[in-house]
Amino acid sequence: MSDLNKLGLAEARDALRAGDVTSVELTEACLKAIDDADALNAFVHKTPEIALERARAADVRIKAGDAPSMCGLPIGIKDLFCTKGVPSQAASKILEGFKPEYESTVSQQLADAGAVMLGKLNMDEFAMGSSNETSVYGNAVSPWRRGNDDAQLTPGGSSGGSASAVAADLCLAATGTDTGGSIRQPAAFTGITGIKPTYGRCSRWGIVAFASSLDQAGPMTKNVRDAAIMLETMCGHDPKDSTSAELAVPNFEAMLTGDIKGKKIGIPKEYRMDGMPAEIEKLWADGAEMLKAAGAEIVDISLPHTKYALPAYYVIAPAEASSNLARYDGVRYGRRAQLAQGDGITEMYEKTRAEGFGHEVQRRVMVGTYVLSAGFYDAYYNRARRVRTLIKKDFEDVFAAGVDAILTPATPSASFGLGEMTEADPVQMYLNDVFTVTVNLAGLPGVSVPAGLDGHGLPLGLQLIGRPWQEGDLLNTAYALENAAGFVAKPGKWW
Amino acid sequence: MSIDQSTAAKVAKLARIKVEDEALPALAAEFNTILGFIEQLNEVDVDGVEPMVSVEPMRLKRREDVVTDGNQQDKVLANAPDAREGFFAVPKVVE
Repeated sequence: MSDLNKLGLAEARDALRAGDVTSVELTEACLKAIDDADALNAFVHKTPEIALERARAADVRIKAGDAPSMCGLPIGIKDLFCTKGVPSQAASKILEGFKPEYESTVSQQLADAGAVMLGKLNMDEFAMGSSNETSVYGNAVSPWRRGNDDAQLTPGGSSGGSASAVAADLCLAATGTDTGGSIRQPAAFTGITGIKPTYGRCSRWGIVAFASSLDQAGPMTKNVRDAAIMLETMCGHDPKDSTSAELAVPNFEAMLTGDIKGKKIGIPKEYRMDGMPAEIEKLWADGAEMLKAAGAEIVDISLPHTKYALPAYYVIAPAEASSNLARYDGVRYGRRAQLAQGDGITEMYEKTRAEGFGHEVQRRVMVGTYVLSAGFYDAYYNRARRVRTLIKKDFEDVFAAGVDAILTPATPSASFGLGEMTEADPVQMYLNDVFTVTVNLAGLPGVSVPAGLDGHGLPLGLQLIGRPWQEGDLLNTAYALENAAGFVAKPGKWW
Repeated sequence: MSIDQSTAAKVAKLARIKVEDEALPALAAEFNTILGFIEQLNEVDVDGVEPMVSVEPMRLKRREDVVTDGNQQDKVLANAPDAREGFFAVPKVVE
């Protein structure tokens, strides 16, 4: 077999079990692809020794007929996950040199299921960003280009390295995390599949915290079946995360029948934004037609508080971030600033955090500090939490009316050029998350499926939003959409 | 609500992030852009609406109040920028 790195999880799993290929062969193919792709800056800490050791162990288990669900499958891990003995920096200077003495629950579950870690993936610093331009490692670059134009494009963010690596076939799949759209937006920008499960499905333990009431991990894969396989491995109750749900995890892959007859799919009118590009509008309409042709019933719905989701998010997420990031003080881990003669502990904190945090992270920590400060807590933070209640109720009302899933565009545009947004004010960048952020605020599962190309040949994605804990049903609807859309485009190799 | 330079300086101080004086005008302007965006929330009628604590209405679980972990001083200190004699070391705190 050639081009083993181009396989998906399901194909590779079946080939491994049939004895057509070994995990060492798969892993070596990926390691070579990674070494050839430094121009993408997707893998920022490579772990070939760990990978080959796990691959050899996987081959032994496969031969013995004792292969767990992801045995021998090479994947990448976002730098936000703590991985024992391997740098885990959340793409921040402040965590320079940090090598955790422990493993995150999700990456441990993947390892226990036999998955092979190839290395750590680039991302926006502390997952704050939508273009992977806030990383201490430098920009991750999309493998996609606008036709023959050699301008570098963003793979999206914050899980930009994960998206770039999967789209460029450097690994079979990757982990991502999603606080406001950080799995779904990069997946849409790079023509891959990404799902954020219901809040509480995946343990947050050992994942560097950004906004704890919104953060969820999820898989970024080459197709919906692979997402089902990997999500099942990542999910499950964990006593070490107090918000982890004590619910059984179904066999998501077995739920992929492609049969969505009689399902009610809602089209929310508030997602039809002013100035939406015609090709996004068309993609959305085409997606609804495809689901209808597959037997679903399409209904118009209203989610009246949609407009307020982004402003509510930009209160709640920075507030939680300012609290979570208080731990980076230059005392227990990471980097401490060089101090001057006579500097005391306050100077140590202030210099360490000024040097260690990038601009966007500083801005969000300070906005969070402001909205939580005495006199403003009620006006900003509590008001945003009340609006959040209303946003969640919007969804509860449509689900109560019998809607099974909601179809929306994943992003308001295709991928844009690296550096193109530098001059824009921060709010312009925040608008990238306009279709995804509601889902985090309501704690719902959401999946991005590649569904078409724009006029420059760049991928566009559609988002499906499901009922709480119904990831299996949601993935099945995504599977039907994937089958109908028939998206097969791949970026031409230039790197 | 408009943020002036002295408010920006106060917020930076509260956040324990050193911001040079010459950077304060730009910082205040950025805050104003973001807060201007957030102001939209004032259009929403939130009377009688409870602020959300958690998306899933759940009581946080409790566990037995017993020691579950410990005796790993070396691991706890392994990543410290400055550790001495089994402790985290910091600049002098009291005179």
